[in-house]
Amino acid sequence: MEFETVIGLEVHAQLLTRSKMFCGCSAEYAGAEPNTHVCPVCLGLPGSLPVINRQAVVSTVMTGLALNCRIPPYSKFDRKNYMYPDLMKGYQISQYDLPLCVEGYLEFQHDGQRKRVGIRRVHLEEDTARLVHRTWNGTGYSLVDVNRSGVPLIEIVTEPDLRSPEEARAFLMALRQVLRYLGVSTANMEEGAFRCDANISQRSLDGSVVGPKVEIKNMNSFRSVERALAYEVERQRSALRRGEPLVQETRGWLEDQEITVSQRTKEYAEDYRYFPEPDLPPIFLTETDLVEIRARMPELPLTRFERFVRDYALGAAEAGLLTEERAVADYFEACVQGDREIARQAANWITGELFALMRERVVDIDGVGVRPGQLRQLIELVRRGTINALTAKEVLVAVSETGQDPDAIVAERGLAQVSDEAQLRAVVQRVIEQNPKAVADYRRGKGAAIGFLLGQVMKDLRGRANPAVARKLLEETLGAPVE
Amino acid sequence: MSEDLTRLTVTEASARLARREISAVELLQAHLERIRQVEPQIHAFITLTEEVALAQAQEADRRIARGDVAPLTGIPIALKDVLCTVDAPTTAGSRILEGFRSPYDATVVRKLREQGAVFVGKANTDEFAMGSSTENSAYGPTRNPWDLERVPGGSSGGSAAAVAAGEAMVSLGSDTGGSIRQPAGFCGVVGLKPTYGRVSRYGLVAFASSLDQIGPFGRTVEDVAIVLQAISGHDPCDSTSVDVPVPDYQTSLTGDIRGIRIGIAAEYQVPGMDPEVERVVDEAVAELQRLGAEIVPVSLPHTKYALATYYIIAPSEASANLARYDGVKYGLSLQGETLLESYLQTRGRGFGPEVKRRIMLGTYALSAGYYDAYYVKAQKVRTLIKRDFDEAFEKVDVILAPTSPTVAFRLGERTADPIQMYLSDVFTIPANMAGLPGIAVPCGFAHGLPVSMQFMGRPFDEGTLLRVAHAYEQATPWHRAVPPLIEAVTRRAPSGGTE
Ligand SMILES: [Zn+2]
Repeated sequence: MEFETVIGLEVHAQLLTRSKMFCGCSAEYAGAEPNTHVCPVCLGLPGSLPVINRQAVVSTVMTGLALNCRIPPYSKFDRKNYMYPDLMKGYQISQYDLPLCVEGYLEFQHDGQRKRVGIRRVHLEEDTARLVHRTWNGTGYSLVDVNRSGVPLIEIVTEPDLRSPEEARAFLMALRQVLRYLGVSTANMEEGAFRCDANISQRSLDGSVVGPKVEIKNMNSFRSVERALAYEVERQRSALRRGEPLVQETRGWLEDQEITVSQRTKEYAEDYRYFPEPDLPPIFLTETDLVEIRARMPELPLTRFERFVRDYALGAAEAGLLTEERAVADYFEACVQGDREIARQAANWITGELFALMRERVVDIDGVGVRPGQLRQLIELVRRGTINALTAKEVLVAVSETGQDPDAIVAERGLAQVSDEAQLRAVVQRVIEQNPKAVADYRRGKGAAIGFLLGQVMKDLRGRANPAVARKLLEETLGAPVE
Repeated sequence: MSEDLTRLTVTEASARLARREISAVELLQAHLERIRQVEPQIHAFITLTEEVALAQAQEADRRIARGDVAPLTGIPIALKDVLCTVDAPTTAGSRILEGFRSPYDATVVRKLREQGAVFVGKANTDEFAMGSSTENSAYGPTRNPWDLERVPGGSSGGSAAAVAAGEAMVSLGSDTGGSIRQPAGFCGVVGLKPTYGRVSRYGLVAFASSLDQIGPFGRTVEDVAIVLQAISGHDPCDSTSVDVPVPDYQTSLTGDIRGIRIGIAAEYQVPGMDPEVERVVDEAVAELQRLGAEIVPVSLPHTKYALATYYIIAPSEASANLARYDGVKYGLSLQGETLLESYLQTRGRGFGPEVKRRIMLGTYALSAGYYDAYYVKAQKVRTLIKRDFDEAFEKVDVILAPTSPTVAFRLGERTADPIQMYLSDVFTIPANMAGLPGIAVPCGFAHGLPVSMQFMGRPFDEGTLLRVAHAYEQATPWHRAVPPLIEAVTRRAPSGGTE
């Protein structure tokens, strides 16, 4: 029997706001001493009350707009009740039946195709504290770090529109890209700022068999999402083929064993007893609010990708690399300044030399030490023939190390290309005299020998020889090879 | 024979402090002396903060010497022990918070502190303010200064009794379903529940968030107005506090209520109403008419559902508000073999029976399958109750009702029957459901015990309530009545004491 996989995702992303969701504590707790970003509110002390962080609401709405959602004029917070030591109040302030954003979709490129996935809702809530489990003398104990408690968190729920683990991964990467473009989240999965649970089931193509929905948790990287779902596809399909019962349940991915294991079945599903949060007023959003928020949104990745392909005549792969991060795309456009002529060169330099430098130094494009204007100057120097491509690479490194402009570096270090025929002819003559074997090879018809001789000319001039002029002079001096 | 300074009103004491005829320390000493005399019998306090009070009184005297006098500078105040204070434990009347000390002050506490008030102690309360008699306190019941065999009402029983007994000049309580007005009535003092949103709840240990409101007790309407003035106003830390101007309440105490329209609802005649109480309240109505008020019949048809609705909404909110007491972070912490065992032991021992009953009621009402039938329905009824009041206030300026159907009952009389206990709040709960202000004022005696009537007003119109209550008070002798116990101790030991 042929099966089709049905996947829906639930993504949590921490919002990049200065303060926490309901108090004035700094939300930037990474690397901070445990329990230093805390106050009566995020500690859930008796008598404390929440106050809505407006920026978090704006970021959520912006995310919703980017995901083509409808933003209802009225929204509210609810209490989600459950007790656990990481939940300081014994309830989480979340949104239940009236989320900030509903009924949207995200389009992204996958396998050269444009794919659309429905977004059911985006809502705003608060993060929980972090538990650290330890052992002492063979006894387990847990520590609570409240720094994360109350950090604003958005939950994005998709429709069950994904059809494979690979597609799920591609969607997540596209979603992360959107969040990063908007600047609303670092969306860093390894740091826990971007978390994903999945619902996955199988159905036969003829519709005769529909497997139960299984929720998968504990996937901590894009890779583990793909692998966990791939494992689950196989597990569910082989069970269905063998006619074994499958149950609706929650399963956890065990990274080290690469399997999923049952965590709880539906009979134990929790009743969260949601009810409207009486400590907070509802949120009203007017058309004017939405216009203002929309005006602050950047161009989104897919639109930008398509524009790069169209306006700069770039290939899909190149445009994809350049638009993957907003900072890189911004850099590219700041360098190109609308000049199609140098777009090709700029794309090559950025995806080649600059990316290599970034990888080598583990920095992002803003930290690489070459400003967009400096790259442009470098490209101009090559275009005018002042320096050759080889020297340009050296100059780029020098710019990144010293911060000096390419013009200044070329002048100061005497790196300008030697195109003067008299000066080059002397070098060519000397190289021919010193390399009789290569000359003989060339004359016997080994065309490759010219490359060696040209290399020797370059070496003599520390790479500054104008390669076209040098080759022409070599050929003139040696004459035509004997057939 | 030296004068009894505990008999002064805030206005009188404040004037004499400003003229430096008395010192804040002397004023405090008089109250501490009274506490020594009667506290063993009344037990109005969970924690007495004599040292804190003495330091505050000394500071108040220095302030007064500098000429920096606020209306409550040097005034001894009792705080219901559901208000967070940095310099004393905050127990909420519960074992589960035994030893808990808040690292911050409630907004109202901060405001009083800024005025230079003197905190004599944390007043007794039913556990988490759940109760109508203060018998649900884990720290023992408070007794009514008018009759030690009777309850002071609740849940702010300690705050009411402390003021009635002269252990504090004024006090703060909290009112979720009548917890200020009912004990004020039982103890023969004035108590005011402000409009929901008038006073910040920040730092009030939450019982039912959409109903809780902090308010003052005093022996006169003017004293209550002065304290209300001090604690009112928008607080950025409480999103439900409303940003509307706070009028000068003392200017509304004109003594003139000619032309004021007072509504009386037929729905406030309930079975179980003590005829003596009814008679006393009727006399008060006649007095108000003599003072020039117009009595207008009004109808509040949904008010009969208020009590039932309250017992859905308040426990629902409480079930969530009390979930944080899990023994992990503060207060009582009992360790079991598993996390669940630890929760069960801590909460099983930490909470008293009434609190457990309400957590169960609320948890049930919010459960899947019951939520629509209970909670959602209750919210709809609440809207109807509110609408009744809106319509009534188109015709009248205030609505009058008895504060409670009976006078103070005996200790233990209603503990076995929660429904009987709940019924003592039948007249006070509607104002909470509608978020309206209400004031309870002494209006006579029945069976030798104080009887009280309450006025309910339009949202944020505490001014009119104070005006009507004040005019009535000034025309009647009730606020000058002193419990016999207090008469006795003042006659016996005018000063000094015996230790
Ligand atoms: Zn905080």
